[in-house]
Amino acid sequence: MTHLEPGAVLAPQEYAVTRAGLVAYAAASGDLNPIHWSDRVATQVGLPGVIAHGMYTMALAARAVATWTHDAPVLEIGCKFTAPVVVPDDDEGVVVVVGGSVKSVEDGRATIVLEVTCAGTKVLGMPRAVVAVDG
Amino acid sequence: MALDPSLVGRSFPPTRPYAVTEERLRTFAAASGATWEGGPAPATFPIVLAFEAMNAFLESEQVELRRIVHGEQRFTYERPVVPGDVLTTTLSVASLRQIGGNDIIGTRSEVHDETGALVCTAGATLVHRAEEQA
Repeated sequence: MTHLEPGAVLAPQEYAVTRAGLVAYAAASGDLNPIHWSDRVATQVGLPGVIAHGMYTMALAARAVATWTHDAPVLEIGCKFTAPVVVPDDDEGVVVVVGGSVKSVEDGRATIVLEVTCAGTKVLGMPRAVVAVDG
Repeated sequence: MALDPSLVGRSFPPTRPYAVTEERLRTFAAASGATWEGGPAPATFPIVLAFEAMNAFLESEQVELRRIVHGEQRFTYERPVVPGDVLTTTLSVASLRQIGGNDIIGTRSEVHDETGALVCTAGATLVHRAEEQA
């Protein structure tokens, strides 16, 4: 995987997030928190409206890492959830963009620093992944 | 209602064994628009296990799920999760502090396989939002 060289900038990946996607994710993950499907409950607890599961956004970040690295084994992945991804009740939803660059490659570990945005706002804090690489 | 500070350091009982199947991995990947066609589980898949442990913890402390917002999540792997694994998860409370009336709960969920070997550690920060003042 010659493209995983320190400093390499990885092609940004764009993913649409819709209410239908959130419902599917709620079922698959077991996270049935109503703030991810009920505007009524979301606004009651002070949110602007239904928001994506933080883990949904993180799953998109992991998906980008898998695409870039051709499914290299992930050793570590983590982030903070710094801004909500508000998902409108329409068919288009919102677009999450996952960018990344290779920070370091050493001892068979490549560290990828990510930038995950929605409408120009960073939604994850310090997202990074470490994958196993050959050599 | 603030959480009891004596929770820090406490471990909760392990979750019931969870069988990782190809179908579950396919469904999980599809939920975020990806496809799973064999090999290791998607990197964030152990949230399914961690979430079950977190739900049990929140229920036992009578915390309403709707007042919880996910603050931070981290997975550290000892080895990939693969179909055929039967996994149990043990949650412990690593830290607890209060900021502006909200509880900031640090949890650590250890995922073990049938042999008892550690597969993955999931660290989560949960923000328990305070009730609005009437």
